[in-house]
Amino acid sequence: MLLRHYILIGTAFAFMAVMVILPIVSIYHRAFSEGWDVYWANISHPDTLAAIWLTIATALIVLPVNIVFGVAAAWAIARYRFFGRRLLLVLIEMPLAISPIVAGLCFLLIYGAYGPVGSALDPFGIQLMFNLTGIILVSFFVTCPFIVREVLPVLMVTGENEEKAALTLGANGWQILWFVTLPNILWALVYGAILATARALGEFGAVSVVSGSIRGETMTLPLQVEMLYNDYNATGAFAAATVLTLLALVTLILRALIALLHPQSRTHSGAQR
Amino acid sequence: MPNYNSFSRVKKPGSALPGLPLSLGITLLFVTLIILLPLSGLAWQMAQLSFADYWHIMTSERTLASLRVTIGAAALATLVNGVFGLLLAWVLVRYRFFGRTMIDALVDLPFALPTAVAGIALVSLYDKNGWIGQILEPMGIKISYTYWGIVIAMVFTSLPFAVRSIQPLIEELDHCAEAAAKTLGATDLQIFTKVIFPQLTPGILTGVGLSFVRSLGEFGAVIFIAGNLPYKTEIASLLVMIRLDEFDYPAASAIAGSMLGLSLILLLGINIAQTAIYRRLEQGS
Repeated sequence: MLLRHYILIGTAFAFMAVMVILPIVSIYHRAFSEGWDVYWANISHPDTLAAIWLTIATALIVLPVNIVFGVAAAWAIARYRFFGRRLLLVLIEMPLAISPIVAGLCFLLIYGAYGPVGSALDPFGIQLMFNLTGIILVSFFVTCPFIVREVLPVLMVTGENEEKAALTLGANGWQILWFVTLPNILWALVYGAILATARALGEFGAVSVVSGSIRGETMTLPLQVEMLYNDYNATGAFAAATVLTLLALVTLILRALIALLHPQSRTHSGAQR
Repeated sequence: MPNYNSFSRVKKPGSALPGLPLSLGITLLFVTLIILLPLSGLAWQMAQLSFADYWHIMTSERTLASLRVTIGAAALATLVNGVFGLLLAWVLVRYRFFGRTMIDALVDLPFALPTAVAGIALVSLYDKNGWIGQILEPMGIKISYTYWGIVIAMVFTSLPFAVRSIQPLIEELDHCAEAAAKTLGATDLQIFTKVIFPQLTPGILTGVGLSFVRSLGEFGAVIFIAGNLPYKTEIASLLVMIRLDEFDYPAASAIAGSMLGLSLILLLGINIAQTAIYRRLEQGS
């Protein structure tokens, strides 16, 4: 290798160390700065535990719906020709381009108490914003492109010959889905589901607009981090942040593993369009 | 589920398989409720504004200042990411070295890490007691709670977009062209500027564009480190949030709608430019 290569590699390492690795290390450093006992007290504080639970519950509700939507949308777009097909794909990818605050505002304007849908539901005592429903709705919005973007290219590449063969052999639609299509798209689906879950767990901007931020009730973990930080409980904020950081690192490891074991499934990085 | 006779429909590609009504039904229901209705909510709110009101909101001193801060910082962050994104993508594809897989995986960390966590991590690094702030502040460089803090936060959150847009193009680079240029006596610099760089322009354009769009809309990572002083370090997303807290929905919608419009125009522009570049590259070869 030439000297120039070492300089380029060294610069890359230095940039990543300062910009990415150092922030991560500092989160754990600050969280444990007052010792293990304080860390544990912070993590096991009822409000933080409630936030962890709410965040997990949100992800558990968002994920299955996302899988159903993602597979259905990818299947419809890949296998049929219908009017507005490209527009549909553009719409599904829109959330990637929209600022989270703008997204939250959009939901407030339509589903909030003053919005057309929200005010129509109000007489029935149904409130959609400033509670768990609001959090779930915006989480659907920010996560919905991920599975479609992973599954669609795989469906396009595999083609429909196997599915048509199954059809001529007498399989019905559900059998085709279960025995032919799902095995083909499995790893792309898992890959997309991991990205979507990571996003659902960590969404901050959009959720902070619609959650109402009621302590112990509608505080997701990222909101809890902000609240603790603004309450001058930095150590508590960093303790809560370690949980989210760990989840992000697990996401990266899972992704790397899937890419390693099933290279053909790695069509997109989450950040790539 | 009826068992379609596939032979009678063989002329229409794709229509033989069952499940169109169900899959399209689910898709349209979800897209309408989760994407279309909320977006039309914003459009509806904006349609109620007169142009004079809209103009008044958008040209107010505070809105203009927040847009200047947001666009300026996003442009600087994009510049940094354009340079380092290209460098990282190049190093990750072309060289084999210890720790390459780790660096490759870590490039996506800013994407996986919740933005609020990124925000407090960055501010703790760059404030006067932080590991980096300690070194920089005696030299008279303040990052936390200044404009530069906003730039750093935007660099962090949009880095993956720059790297991942350029990386696939470097992987697909035509080695023959490089080798041919070399045998013809081109210097390394000439090879890079005349052979490699033109082939990478679509990726660099996408990466830079996505990175800019992402930076314009970034909220979580920025608000912790920005200081959030009106007219100085207040970003547009935060101003939307402040107007919302004041129940000033028209002002919030006007600013949000303009930001959304700007992002969409940029993305459309990237797409058009990319198509044009690809066409020219194909004609050239």
